[in-house]
Amino acid sequence: MAILTCENASFSYDGKTVLENVSFSIKAGDYLCVVGENGSGKSTLIKGLLSLKAPAGGRITLGDGLKKNEIGYLPQQTDIQRDFPASVREVVLSGCLNSLGGRLFYSAADRERAAMNMERMGIEELADANYQELSGGQQQRVLLARALCATRKLLLLDEPVTGLDPVAAGEMYNLIKLVNLCDNISVIMVTHDIHEAVRYATHILHLGHKQLFFGTAGEYRRSALARRFLGGGGL
Amino acid sequence: MSGVFSMFAYHFVQRAMLVGVLVSLCAALLGVSLVLKRYSMIGDGLSHVGFGALAIASAFHLAPLYVAVPVVVAAAVLLLRLRKSSRVKGDAAIAIISSSALAVGVIVVSLTSGMNTEVSSYMFGSILSLSRGDTVLSVILSLAVLALYLLLYPRLFAVTFDENFARATGTRADLYNTLLAVLTAVTVVLGMRMMGALLISSLIIFPALGAMHLAKSFRGVIACAAILAVVCFVFGMMASYVFETPSGASIVVADLIAFAFCSLVGRKN
Repeated sequence: MAILTCENASFSYDGKTVLENVSFSIKAGDYLCVVGENGSGKSTLIKGLLSLKAPAGGRITLGDGLKKNEIGYLPQQTDIQRDFPASVREVVLSGCLNSLGGRLFYSAADRERAAMNMERMGIEELADANYQELSGGQQQRVLLARALCATRKLLLLDEPVTGLDPVAAGEMYNLIKLVNLCDNISVIMVTHDIHEAVRYATHILHLGHKQLFFGTAGEYRRSALARRFLGGGGL
Repeated sequence: MSGVFSMFAYHFVQRAMLVGVLVSLCAALLGVSLVLKRYSMIGDGLSHVGFGALAIASAFHLAPLYVAVPVVVAAAVLLLRLRKSSRVKGDAAIAIISSSALAVGVIVVSLTSGMNTEVSSYMFGSILSLSRGDTVLSVILSLAVLALYLLLYPRLFAVTFDENFARATGTRADLYNTLLAVLTAVTVVLGMRMMGALLISSLIIFPALGAMHLAKSFRGVIACAAILAVVCFVFGMMASYVFETPSGASIVVADLIAFAFCSLVGRKN
């Protein structure tokens, strides 16, 4: 059963359509990479999937008991966060925000969940460290641990390796794949890095103001679009 | 030294101390969120609106706080709305509202009483301006601000650190932003009678900035800012009594010294 389905969705800003005819669905355990050039509508789609932006047309539906506020989101980092005084524990714990419900403060179970996710990301020793003093790779792991606190089913990652050195980027990709395989958490990832996308993902969605391709990574690799985009013939 | 403590025998000093400590605490807590969200100048902008409101209240012989609190709260909500529209950028929106309100205030003052000590106390603050009724209202409002901040702490942290993430997990970020602005508005009005419209924003900004040099966690920064704010307020008041300097300005100087100290210590570490 699909946990997220997008049917003919379109998005517009100030009446100008920026993305149209997007139709795809993902099942539990799928790993979908969203690729395309800058300004092709990738970030807009992410906003739509998170209900931060309403589609101008079409429908986005969640299935399999997934609730709107149960998507683990790893946003692109902002400048504000880079100099934000907070401990790693505080940042990760804030991922449990959606389980607060009507309560005012985090419960012991929330704290345990945060500790477990720090351990999974290998950052438990940094729990009391200052977030702003961490390396880029460590910061992304903290944000991934936070995203995992918010979901048990679906992770949405917006360019998670941007600005990381190749080693840290590789580790990040491996961690994401591990979570995907071991916990059966579905992943939707926006990325520029098309080579890594076809290597790790099970499905590819290629956007260019509209949907250019949706299918498995294997099909995508054989497509003409991919050959051009992967650098076979150059653009 | 006993000379300094004789100041506490005066009722108006006791009132000013009580209100001042509570307002400094509120300002410091809110200040951490405001500075981190790049809203530092909101306090300054709102205090000018407060000046306009107080000028109008005094022209029509109304109770100053009962006019200023609702007007400044409304201005705070309007400010957030303006910031969201893409046409007027954040700092420009603050400049528009604050200078317009100041202009209205100045015109009202010149048409009615003219520049007098009361007006000057709005600009630069005076601990004599707190009446008994004002004190009770100030204590109630500042306790309410403190309570709301502490009870909503996890949510305010999330909204301050990452608004998009908070939104995506179903938190009503706009609601909490508005709440922050409203609490700030109330704090600014309560504080400006004592600090003055021109100096109140220092209560919001200095303790937060100083604390960020010392603490490594958000909770630590909040605690540090609260302690700094109260200590600076008390020392500023004492200095103002000993050296016969204006209270608002003395508190700002105490804050400045503490901030310089914090950044030196922070750099060393």
